Amino acid sequence: MIFVIYTLLTIGLLFQGLGVLALHRFPDVYTRLHGATKCTTFGSIFIYLAIILYGIQLVLEGQPQFGVLSVHTLIVLALLLATNPTGAHAIARSAYRSGVKPKNAVVDDLKGEMK
Amino acid sequence: MISFELMVLAAALAGLMIASIARAFLGPTTPDRLVALDTTNTLVTAGLVVLGAAFKAVIYIDVAIVYAMLAFVSTLFISKYLEDKK
Amino acid sequence: MAILAIAFIFAFLFYLALTAGSGNLLFWSIEELVFGLVFAYLAAILSVRLFKAAGVKPSAKMLSPKRWLLFFVYLIGPFFLELTKANIDVAKRVVTKKIKPGIVKISPGLKTDFGTTLLANSITLTPGTLTVDINKKKELFVHWIWVESKHPKIEQVCSSFPKWIRRITE
Repeated sequence: MIFVIYTLLTIGLLFQGLGVLALHRFPDVYTRLHGATKCTTFGSIFIYLAIILYGIQLVLEGQPQFGVLSVHTLIVLALLLATNPTGAHAIARSAYRSGVKPKNAVVDDLKGEMK
Repeated sequence: MISFELMVLAAALAGLMIASIARAFLGPTTPDRLVALDTTNTLVTAGLVVLGAAFKAVIYIDVAIVYAMLAFVSTLFISKYLEDKK
Repeated sequence: MAILAIAFIFAFLFYLALTAGSGNLLFWSIEELVFGLVFAYLAAILSVRLFKAAGVKPSAKMLSPKRWLLFFVYLIGPFFLELTKANIDVAKRVVTKKIKPGIVKISPGLKTDFGTTLLANSITLTPGTLTVDINKKKELFVHWIWVESKHPKIEQVCSSFPKWIRRITE
């Protein structure tokens, strides 16, 4: 159990790091959003799963008051899955409408649509 | 025993937060800064949950829930503002 | 009225999930239950008003447990698989900096608003794609980090998601 928790935490931290690295390596807003949204969501999922397992382990060890830890972390996880992509979508849309064009774009279908 | 490792993890997340805030300072355009802010918010939420597990205090996770909701609303609000401003 | 009742029940269930473990009446204390009833009622009234103001037409379709089950199967099955692929893909691109970005248009042809939202969010979290905008005909504009063709088929951008989402929401 404890080994699984450590593995999940390490994977989570690795992907969070990748997400932040993507912020510094990509050239424009849209590609940065790719890196930041996907990697931080994925990393957070793993960290939260580890904490949920940790709560279950505490309950199994005879500390039933920490079941609450798991339940609340599950709520945070559901919130994260619902809000993070929506936030990314809002940022991308506002970026396009405020006039930031994608760099070196091969094709841009949205240009004709906007007027 | 595990709480020490969890605190190390929280410290690492804090380091990532600083790296992400650096992008908020550097970012050439305003949406760049907004992306950095959004990433920082996700990291802060994860950090709060990890600290809650480290100190075995559920109140941290309640704070994380409220923080995640407010961060979402603030992201939407700033995007809306940018969109209208042109 | 039925909408108010459904909103009330879900708000109360959420409150119960947040306050589990506060007392010894099963899991909750009597104060929390009373406060939960009051706040759930207030939240239900407010949300029904908001829905009316935004012009959302509620439908009872999503209440059936079969759709919920399908939704969870979708979340832990194809969705999680694609999410993992997406992250390995983005990780590779972060390290090698190999990108060929562009914005393409796809028309998934989903009927409901909820289905379109679900598809847009799924697209954002899967390999190399990010939803940027939507028009009145429910066509999505997708930022693609590695453009394979200028007029792509739907399967190229979001694999089998529209099929699953049609099964869940329609």
